[in-house]
Amino acid sequence: MTAYPRWKIALVAIVMLAGILLASPNLFGEQSALQLAKDQSAVVDADRVAVEKLLASKGVPVAGSFLEHGRLTLRFPTAADRAKARAVISAGMPNEYTIALASASRVPTWMRDLGLTPVKLGLDLRGGVYLVYQVDVQAAVKQELERYDQDFRASLRNAHVPYDDVRVDYPDNRVVVIFRDAASFAKGRDAIENDNRTVNFGETTVGKLPALQLTLTPQQIQQRETYAVQQNIVILRNRLNSPELAVSEPQVAQQGADQIAIQLPGLQNSAEVKKILGKTATLEFHMVDETDNPFEAAQTGQIPLGTKLYYTRHKRPVLLKRDIVVTGDQLTDASFQPNTQEGPAVSVSLDSRGAEKMLRNTEENIGHMMAVVFIDRSSEKNAAGVQVVRKKEEVINEATIRGVFSNNFQITGINPIEGRELALLLRAGGLAAPLSEIEERAIGPSLGQDNIDKGIHAMVFGTLAAFVFMAVYYKWFGVIADVVLAANVVLLTALLSLVGAALTLPGIAAVVLTVGMAVDANILIYERIREELRAGVSPRTAISAGFERAFSAIFDSNVTAAIAGVVLWLFGSGAVRGFAVVLVLGIATSMFTSLMGSRALVHIVFGGRRKIERLPI
Amino acid sequence: MEFFHKVTRFPFMHTRKVWYGLSAVLIVGSLVLVAARGLNLGIDFTGGIVVETYFPTAPNIDRLRAALAGAKIADAQVQQFGSARDILVRLPPDGNVKGGEIGTRILDLFRPIESGVTLRSTEVVGPQVGEELFIKGAWALAATLVLIMVYVLVRFTPKLALGAIFAVLHDPICVLGFFAISRMTFDLTAISAILAVIGYSLNDTVIVFDRVRERARSARRLPVAQVIDESINQTLSRTLMTKLVTLLVVLALLIFGGQTLHSFSAALVIGIVAGTYSSIYISAAIALDMGLRTDDLLERRIAKPEEVDGLP
Repeated sequence: MTAYPRWKIALVAIVMLAGILLASPNLFGEQSALQLAKDQSAVVDADRVAVEKLLASKGVPVAGSFLEHGRLTLRFPTAADRAKARAVISAGMPNEYTIALASASRVPTWMRDLGLTPVKLGLDLRGGVYLVYQVDVQAAVKQELERYDQDFRASLRNAHVPYDDVRVDYPDNRVVVIFRDAASFAKGRDAIENDNRTVNFGETTVGKLPALQLTLTPQQIQQRETYAVQQNIVILRNRLNSPELAVSEPQVAQQGADQIAIQLPGLQNSAEVKKILGKTATLEFHMVDETDNPFEAAQTGQIPLGTKLYYTRHKRPVLLKRDIVVTGDQLTDASFQPNTQEGPAVSVSLDSRGAEKMLRNTEENIGHMMAVVFIDRSSEKNAAGVQVVRKKEEVINEATIRGVFSNNFQITGINPIEGRELALLLRAGGLAAPLSEIEERAIGPSLGQDNIDKGIHAMVFGTLAAFVFMAVYYKWFGVIADVVLAANVVLLTALLSLVGAALTLPGIAAVVLTVGMAVDANILIYERIREELRAGVSPRTAISAGFERAFSAIFDSNVTAAIAGVVLWLFGSGAVRGFAVVLVLGIATSMFTSLMGSRALVHIVFGGRRKIERLPI
Repeated sequence: MEFFHKVTRFPFMHTRKVWYGLSAVLIVGSLVLVAARGLNLGIDFTGGIVVETYFPTAPNIDRLRAALAGAKIADAQVQQFGSARDILVRLPPDGNVKGGEIGTRILDLFRPIESGVTLRSTEVVGPQVGEELFIKGAWALAATLVLIMVYVLVRFTPKLALGAIFAVLHDPICVLGFFAISRMTFDLTAISAILAVIGYSLNDTVIVFDRVRERARSARRLPVAQVIDESINQTLSRTLMTKLVTLLVVLALLIFGGQTLHSFSAALVIGIVAGTYSSIYISAAIALDMGLRTDDLLERRIAKPEEVDGLP
């Protein structure tokens, strides 16, 4: 036999050792666990000690614990122990932690510290909720146009330029400012352009009146849409990671151009989470119009210039000035205060721009009233099946400004549940565009376990059948092939653990198929060796010819399968992608093991002998 | 052990008209079936709601249907899923129904009939998602076919590529025909199975072609039909052995994998059988009828992979 280079054998050995190490965390299995998080700060080691001490004092066994991402994970021997622990912690340390149910691997701490973790299981295997939201990107564009509308009015008012109307022309994506005559047009144009230097304006006429128009370019529209989707992803992530929700390991990812897919492993009831996720609630601060009568305006429908009619939650009309003092975007922090002198409150902090505006406003308006408007947009289908955005605006609080304040103050006039929710939503930020749910898949834990059992059965029996067949049909070479197949499964597991790709049931199917592919490569080689032997070639030459000549066939056939896999990876979503990931990785490992691993093993077994009379093939 | 101790000498090329006929029947039959009966599309493609429940003892399905009808849940399909105790409720798409709610509502309706009933899973797919997934699936199929064709064209001669392309189209059509005749649910996993079938089927064809190319170089004098026959016979043992092992493995998936993988593994079984058949009987025969000559195989010698890529 032509000598097989030492470095290749060494490479195979190193890869295999690394593979075994990376795959080993999967041997430990999982246990019921609790995840503890704190409202404001990260959980630290002292907290861990305190919690474990409390549990020990009540006789609840803890199997292990670790801190990760500011959360404490505690493992328990049984689900019953976990239930007991949960009760003990919430009774012994009330309101200190929010507690989420989870499952955690039994991997020892030193392995975890090295970054060795088991393969993640997909939702179909561990149970959980998969949600897909459609981002209403058109609404985001509309909001942008409305913002220009507001800005233009403000510019004209500040410059004291009279105008006829400012209109958002939505389907054409433009804002039109209509003037009464050419003189005010020229002045108004200067004022508006001065305040909006980055956009280009055009001239037009409405009726016979001169008008200034701003049309969003397709690029601007696209930019706005992309921004809306990305901003929403960030916001959803913030909301899911907020301790009030107690969701363990949520995943948020963009899907396609304008969809967001969310995975919530282990979650059983999606109702509460969905209530928070879809919320677009935000706040606006306006000054109250104290000179006009809101009841009269509500009755006659005649709204005084520069004001807008709102209602309180008790359906009382209020007239507010159109100018916004501060919006929810300018909030940097919000926290819920259950017991203040004026009942439940949310204390908020503003960013510097908001703080400055608030400071100026309160300085100018001491003794006047300011109102807080709660705005909630939701996207839903109307009777005709068309997606419409419903905007609910309510005045939640009106108060007289008693003193000057800027970046820190409290909002009162809300009940405790709303207060907690409002604080969460304000802290996470407002959605840039409304969301509507278009897909939901919820898998119960029993089905997940069932899927695992079935997947493992299929894998064990499938692999076993292939192993027995190979050993019987190709004798000792078959046994070598079996070792190589096992190595392939180990390497594939290692790669999956390393990449962090989630294993789904179709993924397990792909593992089984990969075994089939790896068998195929080995059969190609062995059939070739047999052919060479039949042609009367010496065993040594037959072995090297077998490996060499089978190479192009193995290479070609794996490339075509890999093409199918990569396409699936690119186009697929959810379960299909889980299949594709494993298929592509499996092709890589099976090429490596059957071409290099198998050859190295054959060399080790047969290469040392001086003379081979007959090959056991 | 060895099933093929001697190299077989089946006259594949001589009898090819027969196999063309069989393939024509399979393809036309499949297409007619798909056109006439249509595919039983899963909610991945149609949109809708599927609620899976588990009963400790097999329930009377008519009573479940009556309970749903009584609650004015219209157009509900109730069916068994795998076993008599797994009950699936399928509802048409409805824009405003939220998954969590419909699941618990159906559970509440079933509880008086059997108190131990549990909710296994709820799936809600909006109609626009269904359409999108269908289009994506179609694109994935098209992209795979095109890419594979390009690859075969680059690696082999155009005439062989035509044969390969025909074989590659042949097998998924047979799988579609099987889905139409069996009324098995055609969903996203079925699409993945078809793509895997395309990969597998081509795998066999490529290996036969690889041998044809090699053989043509060592035996230039032989008529090309004989080269092809010998090549197929020489690789027959390998083709059948690998497909046997793969089938064993896929059968394990079919038997033990449960309902979720059922349509997936069934599609693979059909696809593997069809793929093995087409790569033995059809693909090389088509290349022959396209006028393949030994010369076609010789001129591409420079592109031999052994000379381009390093050996392992």
